[in-house]
Amino acid sequence: MKLDSKAPSGPIETAWSHYKDHLKLVNPANRRKHTILMVGTGLGGASAAASLGELGYHVKTFFYHESPRRAHSIAAQGGINAAKNYQNDGDSIYRLFYDTIKGGDYRAREANVYRLAEVSVNIIDQCVSQGVPFAREYGGQLSNRSFGGTQVSRTFYARGQTGQQLLLGAYGSMMRQVKTKNVELYERREMHDVVIIDGKARGIIVRNLITGELESHFGDAVVLATGGYSNVYDLSTSARQSNVTAIWRAYKKGAGLANPNFAQIHPTCIPVSGDYQSKLTLMSESLRNDGRVWVPKKQKDPRAPKDIPEGERDYFLERRYPAFGNLVPRDVASRAAKVACDEGFGVGATGQSVYLDFADAIKRLGHASIESKYGNLFEIYQQITNENPYEVPMRIYPAPHYTMGGLWVDYNLMTTVPGLFAIGEANFSDHGANRLGASALMQGLADGYFILPYTIADYIGGTPLQKVSKDDPAFKEAAKNVQNKIDKLFAVKGGKTIADFHRRLGRTMWDNVGMARNKTGLEKAIAEIKNLRNEFWQNVNVLGDKNNLNPELENAGRVADFLEFGEVMALDALKREESCGCHFREEFQTPENEPMRNDEKFAHVAVWEYQGENQQPARHTEPLSFENVKLTQRNYK
Amino acid sequence: MRLHLKIWRQKNSQTSGKFVDYDVDGVVSDMSFLEMLDILNDSLSKKNEEPVTFDHDCREGICGSCGFMVNGLAHGGVPKTTVCQLYMRNFKDGDTVTVEPWRAQSFPVIKDLAVNRTAFDRIIASGGYISSTVGSATDGNTLPIPRPIAESAFDAAACIGCGACVAACKNASAMLFVSAKVTQMALLPQGQVERAERVEAMVAAMDEEKFGSCTNEAECSAVCPKGISFKTITRMNSEFIRANIFGSGNGE
Ligand SMILES: Cc1cc2nc3c(=O)[nH]c(=O)nc-3n(C[C@H](O)[C@H](O)[C@H](O)COP(=O)(O)OP(=O)(O)OC[C@H]3O[C@@H](n4cnc5c(N)ncnc54)[C@H](O)[C@@H]3O)c2cc1C
Ligand code: FES
Repeated sequence: MKLDSKAPSGPIETAWSHYKDHLKLVNPANRRKHTILMVGTGLGGASAAASLGELGYHVKTFFYHESPRRAHSIAAQGGINAAKNYQNDGDSIYRLFYDTIKGGDYRAREANVYRLAEVSVNIIDQCVSQGVPFAREYGGQLSNRSFGGTQVSRTFYARGQTGQQLLLGAYGSMMRQVKTKNVELYERREMHDVVIIDGKARGIIVRNLITGELESHFGDAVVLATGGYSNVYDLSTSARQSNVTAIWRAYKKGAGLANPNFAQIHPTCIPVSGDYQSKLTLMSESLRNDGRVWVPKKQKDPRAPKDIPEGERDYFLERRYPAFGNLVPRDVASRAAKVACDEGFGVGATGQSVYLDFADAIKRLGHASIESKYGNLFEIYQQITNENPYEVPMRIYPAPHYTMGGLWVDYNLMTTVPGLFAIGEANFSDHGANRLGASALMQGLADGYFILPYTIADYIGGTPLQKVSKDDPAFKEAAKNVQNKIDKLFAVKGGKTIADFHRRLGRTMWDNVGMARNKTGLEKAIAEIKNLRNEFWQNVNVLGDKNNLNPELENAGRVADFLEFGEVMALDALKREESCGCHFREEFQTPENEPMRNDEKFAHVAVWEYQGENQQPARHTEPLSFENVKLTQRNYK
Repeated sequence: MRLHLKIWRQKNSQTSGKFVDYDVDGVVSDMSFLEMLDILNDSLSKKNEEPVTFDHDCREGICGSCGFMVNGLAHGGVPKTTVCQLYMRNFKDGDTVTVEPWRAQSFPVIKDLAVNRTAFDRIIASGGYISSTVGSATDGNTLPIPRPIAESAFDAAACIGCGACVAACKNASAMLFVSAKVTQMALLPQGQVERAERVEAMVAAMDEEKFGSCTNEAECSAVCPKGISFKTITRMNSEFIRANIFGSGNGE
């Protein structure tokens, strides 16, 4: 597998504009003759479809949701970063770049991250012009707040519903293109395969979820904007349907899979309350601006929080990391909470949670001010737990939240398959081994509004593309394979529910490929996943029809893919013999329990190449070089 | 807790449906309504019966996927709550609960509790946006917006497009949905340029999709999980009159 990052050399400040100036263009009159297949309409897909439609391309969008507006991006809460320096607090493009590289524990590509920081400022302007109702100061200016891993206020937000407002903005722009017929909607379609002709991605096979029909669509390029795979853990903060299928099927068609083990466990989520639980709810990181994290100093302390005097509380983040305090990056905060609970200091019925306390902030700023900043989050919390966070501290625990890994892409956001692009959370590009808060929305929109429209033109303009049709044998072959797989799922007729397998896979992943990993556990996980997968194909029970809306069938296909993907995740974690960011290998830590990187051997992206059913995939590497930041041990003390 | 459920089962849009009775055991108060249905579905699959289909995704009240009538009330009737955030502490042991899909001509049933709400997308496509081509925006702070205006625009923008307003209305009107978008854009300075065309196009699209007309019952805002105010409808009516009289120019 050839991994040419195409990252430009030369001064990083001007690299992107120089690079852009030399990309090929497609003549405006010719653009409508080119069809682009866009899979996914979250922030990445919707912004890309809107921009490409505006340019005049013919864009077909596919999504398993009923409406583009229901994509998982809608649930993002806290905010979006941009290096505007409106607060005059020393922010700059360089600083956002630096924070992101450092926050990712030096496992991301410098050139991509710099470009991300650079276009971040345009994103805010674009969204404001679309009517996104960002929070404002009394003078009418845009307001900012801080997020973890930074010492400036660069996060723009729309109450606790930033993702919703940004997605509705992008969706609106995309619907404007639907009106002009440049963009077409194919709702309730699930992509099952990528079709490759002459070595290039030229089509997809989708299942119409209402009729069950397998449809073939062809075009000049395929873009996967299909989101992340946190649901490999079963319970996560992702929407219930989010899954790995699109990128997994692309991987099986030759797209390299980068750093699959890099999965972020978010520190502030509502803890699990029972076996019936179907998802974990995030409490936005922005809460750590004003909330203080603590546990009692006594193990298994049975007292109510208000009865524990100040001196008997351990504000462990403030104690361990005085410089950043409660605003350390997510991986650091999550691990610290886990350590506190593992050592018996956890609170709540299960001992698996820590307090996030607003009492001081309410005293200092007043109830009304806290309500205006976090009102809807407090409401969600109360709705779910039946406890009032204005009166008793919230209880929180880490949960799977975001996946930094994904399809490997070059500087053009193209995978190792020519003509197959990946944007948003589906690619691996910018966050290294840990994503900073409010950076995913920024990346999704950067990819879609400001990067892909240029790089896809370069591909289309510079590649000879033969005419193809649905009658090409490659389409027939792919559709047949998809049909066989569906038939095979129905044929098992076993005794166990799909949910049962998902739950067991989730347990194995959480226990062994979660916040702390070690060799024995990872080897155990690989063996367990293999067994579980075999059992699935002998004993799963898929009910309903194949020619009808059938969530059981959809779910079965997704879980089947997770059961293969989970193994590669564990394998990736096993082979990365260092700790970095979210990837904490217990064998590699400093005496203060901080992750210990091994830059000599692992300053690279690990890229997995499919080798066939039940074969161990091949591991390739893309070396990372750092010319604009110095590699140091991350220090938030 | 044990509940008796009467659930609407319908194979597809071509067939007619009927209520089927189920009992579900082991319900606890911290469970959401959808988690209770998950348990029912789990027990149905164990008996080789096809589970009940319902739309859902985020399960935190923001994506707008979920939504059906619970005991005749959209989303179950708890104020500002979607059915995925409706907790079983609102029910008691032995209750009989009726569950059926949104009923509206413009939202045909696809299967069981799932309906087709793509009419909403077509209304948005008719003009529910600000035309701002990527690349042409000026600096975000060149356009200061008074905070109260931004806040009111936000209140209207919070709509999740779940369709409860239509389902609750005896005329199956989509006025609250449309007026929420019209209000957001009419309040913001960015929305002024297309202010008249927008409201006219969206109202026309709403009629074309065969939504009913509004007779000021305000059932819509009463069930809206995001608390969209009935005042947005008043604003839309005045926007519509304004557009009719003055058009998109200055009326001269
Ligand atoms: C609760 C929560 C809060 C968050 N808050 C923040 C925040 O405050 N700030 C921040 O920066 N980030 C936040 N994030 C992360 C951020 O929301 C996501 O990373 C981002 O929205 C992903 O966008 P996306 O466009 O890549 O994918 P998604 O929004 O997940 O969209 C995926 C799309 O792909 C489609 N799709 C997927 N697979 C297929 C298939 N096989 N066939 C057809 N269609 C398919 C889906 O229908 C959907 O349209 C949050 C995440 C969560 C879970
Ligand atoms: S499932 Fe998203 S709003 Fe209920």
